[in-house]
Formats: sequence, C-alpha cells, structure tokens
Amino acid sequence: MDVRQIMESLHPLERKVLPHLSSCKTAQEIVEKTGMLDIEVIRALQWLSNKKVLELQTLEEESVVLDTFGVQALDAGLPERRFLSALAKAPLTLLDVKKKAALSDEEVNVCIGTLRGKAAIAFGADKKILLTEQGKNFLEKESLEEQFLKKLVKGSVPVAKLVDEQRFAFDQLKKRKQLIKVSVAKTIIFTLTTSGRNMIKQDIKATDFIEILSPEFLKSGEWKNKTFRRYDITSNVPQVHGGKHHFINQAIEYARQVWLDMGFQEMDGPILNTSFWNFDALFVAQDHPVRDMQDTFFIKDPSSGKLPDKKLVAAIKGSHEGGFTTGSKGWGGMWSEEDAKRNVLRTHTTVLSVKTIASLKKTDLPAKFFAFGKCFRNETVDWSHLFEFNQTEGIVIDPNANFRHLLGYLKQFFAKMGFSQARFRPAYFPYTEPSVEIDVFHPVHKKWVELGGAGIFRPEVVVPLLGIDVPVLAWGPGFDRIITEYYKITDLRELYKNDIKQLRDTRAWLK
Amino acid sequence: MPTVTLNKEVFEKMVGKKLPLEELKDRISMLGTDLEKIEGNDIVVEVFPNRPDMLSEAGFARAFSSFIKQKTGLRTYKTKKSGFKVLVDKSVTMRPYTACAIIKNLKFDDERIRQVMQIQEKLAKTHGRNRKKSAYGLYPSKAISFPLSYVAKDSQKVMFQPLGFDKKIVASQVEELHPKGKEYKSVAKGWKKYPFFIDAKENVLCMLPYTNSHDTGKIDERTTDVFVECTGNDFENVSFALNILATMLADMGGEIYTIDIVYPDKTVTMPNLEPKKMMFDVSYINKYLGLQLSDKECVAYLERMGYGYEKGHVLVPAYRVDILHPIDLVEDIAIAYGYENFAEEIPNVMTIARQNPFEVYKKKVAEMMVGLGFLETKSYHIMSKENQTARMNIQVDVIELANSVSVEHHSMRAWMLPSMMQILTINTHHEYPQRIFEMGTTFRKNAKMETNVEEGDILCTVSCHAGANVTEAKQMLDYLMRMLGMQYEVHAADNGCCIPGRCGKVMVGGKEVGFFGELHPQVLANWNLEMPACFFEVDVSALFGLRKISVVSY
Repeated sequence: MDVRQIMESLHPLERKVLPHLSSCKTAQEIVEKTGMLDIEVIRALQWLSNKKVLELQTLEEESVVLDTFGVQALDAGLPERRFLSALAKAPLTLLDVKKKAALSDEEVNVCIGTLRGKAAIAFGADKKILLTEQGKNFLEKESLEEQFLKKLVKGSVPVAKLVDEQRFAFDQLKKRKQLIKVSVAKTIIFTLTTSGRNMIKQDIKATDFIEILSPEFLKSGEWKNKTFRRYDITSNVPQVHGGKHHFINQAIEYARQVWLDMGFQEMDGPILNTSFWNFDALFVAQDHPVRDMQDTFFIKDPSSGKLPDKKLVAAIKGSHEGGFTTGSKGWGGMWSEEDAKRNVLRTHTTVLSVKTIASLKKTDLPAKFFAFGKCFRNETVDWSHLFEFNQTEGIVIDPNANFRHLLGYLKQFFAKMGFSQARFRPAYFPYTEPSVEIDVFHPVHKKWVELGGAGIFRPEVVVPLLGIDVPVLAWGPGFDRIITEYYKITDLRELYKNDIKQLRDTRAWLK
Repeated sequence: MPTVTLNKEVFEKMVGKKLPLEELKDRISMLGTDLEKIEGNDIVVEVFPNRPDMLSEAGFARAFSSFIKQKTGLRTYKTKKSGFKVLVDKSVTMRPYTACAIIKNLKFDDERIRQVMQIQEKLAKTHGRNRKKSAYGLYPSKAISFPLSYVAKDSQKVMFQPLGFDKKIVASQVEELHPKGKEYKSVAKGWKKYPFFIDAKENVLCMLPYTNSHDTGKIDERTTDVFVECTGNDFENVSFALNILATMLADMGGEIYTIDIVYPDKTVTMPNLEPKKMMFDVSYINKYLGLQLSDKECVAYLERMGYGYEKGHVLVPAYRVDILHPIDLVEDIAIAYGYENFAEEIPNVMTIARQNPFEVYKKKVAEMMVGLGFLETKSYHIMSKENQTARMNIQVDVIELANSVSVEHHSMRAWMLPSMMQILTINTHHEYPQRIFEMGTTFRKNAKMETNVEEGDILCTVSCHAGANVTEAKQMLDYLMRMLGMQYEVHAADNGCCIPGRCGKVMVGGKEVGFFGELHPQVLANWNLEMPACFFEVDVSALFGLRKISVVSY
C-alpha cells in the first residue's frame, strides 16, 4: 500500500494519535497529551504497526509497590514495633502485650520469634516479658524495613534499581504477608518506519473521510466530495448466528427425501400404543422377553388401552394360538386379551407398518410406505445407550415382491445415505422370515457398521391384518448411527445435549 | 440373546473339519448367529433365541458341519427302551408336563461337565423363559430306583438335603436359604404345593423349580448313565427341551433310552425323536426368494441345513423348535444359498410418493421459526414430574411410567416449556440473546383415545435476553399465526409460570390452542436463570386440524 492508501484506511483513533507520533516516544506520553484512553491509544498503535507505519516494542519493568498490610503498617507501625512499644514503660504478660498492641495471635507468634532471635526481648521470672537493651535500641531507631516502606509511599521503586540496604529490606519484607508486592509495568515504545516518517509529513485532515455512509450524506449528495475510509477487510469480525433446524432433523429431512424419491408414502402414528399393535399383531409371543419390564416402558396410569374391532382381535388371537388360517402352528398356549391391552411406549416404528397394513384394501396394492420416528427401550443412559432412539421404517406390500427386492431397496437407500457398500447377514426377529441384519461399510473408518434389521413379514403377521397372504418386505434400521457417523459424534448423549454453542456451530447436513 | 462360549477344539472335532480362522468367522456369521469373537480356544457367539438347539458345542457343530457340507442331511437318532416309568400324579397342576430320558455310556471330564452345565443354564434361560415355562435336571441314573413319581407336595411336609447343603432341611425353607430358591422364587408365585421327583425308595431327586437333592448327587467323572428330566407347563416346550438335551448327549457319544411317562389318562413314551413332516412346495420357495431353484437344488440346500426329504415332504429334525410354517424353511434355504449370493434388484413397480400432510405442515411451521432466527432444539419425551410441575409453579396432570429408569426420566412430557427451561439452564454461560424452539410430542390423559392417552405435537418458542418481554412473545406468536393464515383471539390468562397480567391464551374458533407470556422471576430463579425470558406454546396438531375452517383468504 502506498502512503495515500494507508492514509485513507486510517481509523479515527489512528488519525487522533497521528499528530503526536513525532513528538512522543511511548504510548503513555500520547495518553497524557491527548486525554485518550489507554486502550484506545494501544489499539491505534497496534493497527498502525499492522500497517507498517511504526514498529512497536514492549518493555517490561518490575517494581516494588506497597501491598494492603504494608499501607496499614505505615499507619499503625509494623507488628514488632507495636510489640516493643507496648513494653516501653514496664514488663507485661503476653496477654497484656497482645491487648495493648492490638495484635492477632498469628502476629504475636511471629513477633516473639523474630524479637527473641534478635535478643530484643526476654522472659522475666514472673513470666512477664521485658525489653532488653537491644530492644530499647530498636525502639529508638527506624529499621531498614520501615525506611523502605516509607520510601514506597512516595512511589514504586524499580527492582533493578534497588540499593544494597533496600535490597535487604525488600528480601525481608517479601517473606511477610502482603506488605509489599512486585508489579510489572509495561511501557510501549514505538519507532516510526520510513513510510511512517513520510506519512506524517502529509497533510490530510480527519474530517476528509467518510466513516459511515449515512442517509444524510446520500440525501445531500455530500459524499461526492468525500473519500471513504478504507477498511482492513482482512481483520476478524464478531460471529453472527442464524436460526436453523436441529441437525437430527436435517438428517431426517434428507433421508425422508430419499424414500420419497423412491416412491414411498409417509406413515405416522402415536408413540404410545397398546401391546396389541406393538407386539401381538407382530406375532411376538406374549411370553417373549422383550415384553418384560426390564426391556420395555409401560405406563403406570392409564396402564391399559382398548382393543380394536373384534374380528381383528380374533384373527390375532388365532394366529398366536394356532396359526390362524396360515398353516402355521402358532405359539400354542392361551393368548391373553389383558396382556394385549397393556400400553407401551413403542419399541419400534414397525407398529406404524402394522397399523398401515391393517388399513389397506386389496385394491391399494402394490404400495410402499416409510416413516421416521422415536422409539423407546428401558435402558440406563451412557455413551452408547439412550432410552430414546430414531428409527426409519419401510414396507413394500407387493404380491410380486421377493427377498432380492428387499436387498435391492435397502442397498439403494444406504447408497443414497453415503454407504455404497452394504452386506446382509442372517438374523432373527419374531415377525420376519427370512430375517436380515444390515451392515454398511464405513468409507472413512474402513470397517463394517451394524445398522439394523429387515426381513419379510411372516404370514402369521400379514394374513390376520390384510386378509390375504402377500409378501411384505419390511425394515427398521436405527437411524442414530447414521447421524453420529456423519457428525463424528462418539457419545450418543451429544444428540440431545442441546448445547446452544454446539447447535450454533454445527455445520449443515450437506449430502 | 444368549451368549455362549464354545470350546473351539471340541467344536472342530465334532464338525470334523478345521477351517482357517477368517473363513470360520465368516461361515459362523453367515449361518445365522452373531459371532462376538474368537479368542484362543474360545468361540463366543450370540445364538438367536429361535435356535436353542445350537446352544451347545454338539448342537452348534451339528448345524455347522451341514452348512459347510461336511456332513449334510437329516441326523437320525436311535432310541432303545429303558423299561422305566415316571408316574405323573394329578396334583402337579402348576407344572403338568414332564419329559424324561436316560442316556447311557457317556464319558465325562471337567470340560464335558462344563458343556452340560452351560446348555442346561442357557436353555432354561431362553427356551425355558428363566424356568417359568420349563426347567431341567440331569442326574447320575444309577442311584435312582424306578419307577419315579412326579408329584406335588406341601413343602412343609418334605425334608431333603438340597445340593450344596450339609444337612436336610424342610423344603419350605429352600426359597429363603438356597441361592436358586431365592433367584427363582417368582416362578412359583402363588403355588400352594411344589412338584417333586421322588424315587421308589422315597428318595427326593429334586424340588421344582429350584434344586436337585444332594443324595442323588451331581454328574462327575465317574458318571456314565444320566437321567434327564424336563418339566413345565407346555407339553411341546418340554418335549423340545428333552429332544435338544438328548440329541446333544447322543452326539457326545451316549445312547438314548426312552422312558414311559404315565399320566392319569394316558402314557407317552419319551423322547420322541421322529422328524416332523412339512409340505414341500418349490414354487412357494422361489416366489419368496426370487430364485429359480429346481426341486433337486432345494433339497440340497435343505440338507445343508440338516433337513431330510421324503416323497414331497421335508423332514424337520425333532430338535428344531423354530419351524412353525413353510416360510421357516424358506429362510433356511436362503441361508444355505448364502445371503451374499443374492443378486439385489429394484423391481419395476410404479408407486406414487406422498408426504404425510401433517409432517409437511410441521415443516412449514419450523421454517417460520428458523426464519425468525430461532435455533431448533431436540429434547427427550421422558422427563421428571418435578420439572414439569413444581419447578414451573403449576399443576399439570403428568403421565408416569410404570418402570422408570431414573429419577430424572420417569414421566411423559405433558407440555413443552419445561424442556426448553432445561435447555436454558444448561446454557447460561453462552452468548445471549438465546432464541430457541422445538416441536415435540406431548402426552395427556384422554379416555376417548385407544390408549386412553392423547398425543399432540406442541411448538414451544422461547426468547431469553435482557429485553425479553410479553410483547415480544405476542409478536412471535402473531407472526406465526399470520403466516399460517390463522385468525385468532387472545384472552388474558393466569398461569403460575408467568408474571400476573403478562400471560395470554390463544383461541382459534373458540378452541384454546396455546398460550404465551413473560416468565415469572420465581420460575426463572427455580431454573437458576438470571435473564428474563418470554415464550409461546401452540398445539400444532390442533392448528392442523383447524386449518381449513379459519384460513383467511386474500
């Protein structure tokens, strides 16, 4: 930048210090001359230094100043002097000395220690303390410490400039509590550079620059005769924060679009369901461990709900007890309506699929549905477990659907989610056959990540709900894993931490 | 899912083939078990609950050797008659069924005893539903005098020495003194009598569902013949348990001898290891799998999963509890075919996508809040009751969980503002103003609903900064309602969480759909906040329902 450009980019504060650069050498001098604040001068000099107008140098000097107790001691005398003064007229007991000299226990102890060491006091036969000759001398004479403290009243003394006696007093006082302290004074010295020296010769008045383009300037057209101050557009500015969607919702929104692109319809439904929909309609045996208290959340009140129409209830009952009309053996035993009425927080979004299938007619087929939703399991929270989790659900009800289609849909979905490699392993769920476990290959970590289950609904599930035996491809992989992998979150609790700074700073879901 | 540790050496010997480690790992996974790890001589696997027959080295090896084509097809197990009887008394109503057998000519060592103990435990946990459905016992049979009685007795009138005890006690003390008595007490809830096996010399073999007697003893290195009993409340479940145990012991070199179970009205000879027959329909298989397998190929795959084939029927081994329907055979064929060998396909089927209209509506509402510069948060549905009521200085009917995990999380969210307060509380060290919103499901009792609970999606918006006040709250609300084209009225309201005179309720078509206000300083103090805050809550579900009747047209 040439001198002219530099001149145009000067901040008002810089322009204020400009006239004093040749006559002053330190920041302090400019403060004194201009009446500007310390911080203003320092910032102005810093900016000028950034523009290579001058060079800055900071000198640090240690000097001794009085501390809290030091100020007090000047007024009332150091504790040892007060101790000796109390004994000036007659020997006293320790208690009386303490009272007369108004000393604390701690001070008394210190005084006895130092004064006995200097042989200034002695203990008499009557346990009274008396002043020795030495002590009387001390009383008359000012100690080096006292002299030094008095000097400090007049102003700080640089540590480097202490003379021998002062050095001794300084060392002694330093050991004691808050009598003196060392403060570090900074002196900012500047030297003009060549371009700086050139610049201060120029004559440009501060008022010649437009700082803020005001409506008045625009109305009057006055801006035409002015120059805009140039800004250092490379300097940092304060951050602003925008409103935005939670990152979980951003991820879900992306994935919703993937299912929509593939021609799926969106399902929704309540979080709280009767066991009938959540378990029984899915052919989960009534004595299956997932229906135990330790796995699933039940409700205290209302603990139960109502069953749907009798025909469907009879079909589900039949399916459990003897396979209904499917040719299956069923689970045997007696199916309990009471167990089916129990309310549960849904353990899977598959309950949405079940309700959807129950509402379909033959003429609706083929049909494809998806959902995203919160599911629940009775779990203690730690870095890898939460009692709430997100699941994505999908079903394809198509008389011509088969196992290869199931794998095809899943592979396509995960490819769109950024996992181009997926593999499928056998698995077990009470309501699907064949059942599949989905793994995707993590392109960064170079490892297989387990994402969840899929399968074809068993006839014992489909026939009671739909009335006919049609293959229903179904999947319900967890979705949190996909979100945490994308945002590099290692602790699941981070998902619901709601730290406002984290939410402000989390980058957008970009896929 | 039960995790079992298998002895790799024993396993490989039974399989009859040693695979390289990586191949072994891959094949175990692709057979349909979750391999946790192979470490030294330990194979740690999670066996799926539908395959209790694979919980032992013998059972696992049997399935695995077929799968890798080492030894395919149906295994047949010969049985001989022991001539012994178990007499079932009509008193055992609480556990009416038993299935028993004797297995002879076994050889035991420490390792084999471990294997037998492990399957007994894992089987009781899964197939026996923690002994609730069935429980099993194994005894050296030479000390037993047949016939045995299976009979229920008043536990105060039976004396016996439980396993691990040094003297006889009254059976009624087992529940308080014996570890297994304490552990499984809940299984016998409500029983007035307990089932016992008692032999011809009046020796007690065991008290169910708890423990064996010390007299009959444990299986040790000298044991060659074993008496196996399974008892429970489901005939089929008990029979399967015996089949699994008997075939495992047979695979370990034993010979199976049957026992006649004499019920008051019939006699059943156990075990029955005849395979069950199931219809074989290759077109059904091909339809579900999307393959074109021939009959011959299908049969070959079935044999790889341990099945037999006879005149148009599949022979299902007697230890397979999970084959309820031909679809179960379809899965086994898929496993034998190899999941990795299926060519994935997206069918050419035209369907029309459709977003859920309510989801679309909620998205638009969220857009508006984002447009106002608000940050969306996400909270749990389960929280504490205290935070929703006392801490908000208001009484709300909160739905509690029957089995909560913790004090912090034991009630369903009844309204949204407490969730937002929680967020403000943990963020006091961050820059203000803090403007946040969230749309979340809330839960209230309503007897009209199927679950007697009504769920609603509530939007809550909170602005927290030095200038926050009720005017700002009303402005935010007004913006949203105008953008949604909703005509609304505001009525003055009282709410414990607001400063008196600075709270309003929002009415649309005579229905209350939300409220807004300036938070009471006491409530702010309850949440450790030193910054004013204002908010509004509206029931988005209700707005969605009302949207047609009160849309303003321009």
